[in-house]
Amino acid sequence: MSSGGFSTEKPDAELPPWQEMLPGSVLDQAGNSVHRKTGFWRGGGRRPLLDLKLCVQCLHCWISCPDACFILSDGKVIGIDYDHCKGCGICSRECPPMVNAIVLIDEGRFR
Amino acid sequence: MTASRRRSKTKNEVRGMSTQSVPQDRADSDRSRKEVVLSGNMAVAHALRQVDPHVFPGYPITPSTKIMEMVASFIANGEMQCELVAVESEHSALSVAVGAAAAGARVASATSSQGLAFMWEMLYIAAGSQLPMVLAVGNRALSAPINGFSDHGEAMGARDSGWLQFHSESVQETYDNIVQAFRIGEDRRVRLPVMVCLDGFVLTHTSENIFLENDEAIRNFVRPYRTEYTLLNPDRPVSYGLGDPPEFYMEHKMRQQAGMERALQVIEEVGAEFGRCFGRHYGLLDPYRMEDAEVAIVILGSEAGRVKNVVDELRASGKKAGVLRIRFVRPFPDEQIVKHLLPLRAVAVMDRSYAPGAVGAPVFQEIRSSLYEYRGGAPHVINRIYGLGGRELRAADVRTIFSELDSLRAGNESVPAIRLVGLRGEPLPNWRDQQAFKMPVGQS
Ligand code: SF4
Ligand code: SF4
Repeated sequence: MSSGGFSTEKPDAELPPWQEMLPGSVLDQAGNSVHRKTGFWRGGGRRPLLDLKLCVQCLHCWISCPDACFILSDGKVIGIDYDHCKGCGICSRECPPMVNAIVLIDEGRFR
Repeated sequence: MTASRRRSKTKNEVRGMSTQSVPQDRADSDRSRKEVVLSGNMAVAHALRQVDPHVFPGYPITPSTKIMEMVASFIANGEMQCELVAVESEHSALSVAVGAAAAGARVASATSSQGLAFMWEMLYIAAGSQLPMVLAVGNRALSAPINGFSDHGEAMGARDSGWLQFHSESVQETYDNIVQAFRIGEDRRVRLPVMVCLDGFVLTHTSENIFLENDEAIRNFVRPYRTEYTLLNPDRPVSYGLGDPPEFYMEHKMRQQAGMERALQVIEEVGAEFGRCFGRHYGLLDPYRMEDAEVAIVILGSEAGRVKNVVDELRASGKKAGVLRIRFVRPFPDEQIVKHLLPLRAVAVMDRSYAPGAVGAPVFQEIRSSLYEYRGGAPHVINRIYGLGGRELRAADVRTIFSELDSLRAGNESVPAIRLVGLRGEPLPNWRDQQAFKMPVGQS
């Protein structure tokens, strides 16, 4: 049964019994979302495209993205992690209007 | 965040109330306890003052408003360090409670009736996230029709939300329950939120002489709160409120259930320790003259006292009657209840709530289902629904129920299986039918 990528898709034998799980769905493995690729939740939505030629490196997108998708190198934006981007469009909105380095494109156009 | 920041003693802890010292021959902790006249709401507020939780989010509602008012004035007077968060609704009150508890705070609040109903969504989130907190519920009938007086409708509606649920008989027990509730819910074997119910007006507003224990003794009993999973510990970061795919949800529900089951033991341990410290012992049940009883009434809450009085009368005239008061609806102490009820011939379960369309009221359903395994030797069990919307339960009503139990024992099948006590007009036909509810005899 598919659970829309929500599921770990692991066989029972690889999953912990209830006694070994933390109470109340507490999770104590910080940063493990790197291993869960959730970018396809964009579904038929929109994908942000970044034009580095226009970018002025203000980092508004980096600090605003709720999914921490902006990849930095030496303190500079170099790309977007589409494995985790949900297509919310916040980055595009926060990129200064005079710069407008991020545009949102229908996912359908990439198929 | 610990006892050290608290003042050792309040000067006017019983301000405006008559006080008298207690004879010195009690337990050690007595030295500075006081006998004071307090209503249930005041007793809850004083218990909270002494425990001094970190956060009290609240929204006032009759009949439990006084709790929040007093907590606010204790804080204003510097008698509590607690952060009172005034919000715009009960839904927000419990949302704040959930957030604060996830951050590692000790949290308490108070509500009633519609207020508890408005907390519904967050009740499940607090319990499902296994966040301990204490909520005083001044039981009041749910609308509509709007009524404002006491019954257990809202509490029974919340009985499957995953909260532990105390029902107190007296103001003293309410005070004691609030104190114990912190220890029980916060125990690592349990880690669940606790609701402490006190009947609206009958307990919330009625004054009673109670022992107000020494502040320091209560603090020592409750202990500083420590949780290993807090949002505010950068050395061990955790997340709360995550999504659970189908392959995890059931296991998390099982963890809640394990907390509930272990709570049975923790309640007894904490009740016994409370008894050693303060001289008032508590268990899961409060059996009254049940040793050799042949008929009994099972009841929760404040009306147990009235039933106990009638039992005393009946005992004086040679009738072997008893009362089994249940202190906890969740976890439901079925084994312990069955042990008390099996030797009996007939039992009336008195519910102060009702479930439209169900076969009898909640406590009745659970007790009958607990007894089903023993159907060959189980007593007759009938349901008497009383006191809805504050309808008075009179001693005469209780006597009638005991005489119904007697005629049931004598094989009289015309005793209705389920009946609203004091209802004008005949009960519904299928509620009268004893056959429909009779346990098949000799098949176990
Ligand atoms: S669209 Fe949303 S999720 Fe994707 S990169 Fe931009 S801000 Fe992040
Ligand atoms: S907000 Fe726009 S200009 Fe600023 S760093 Fe991001 S892409 Fe570049």
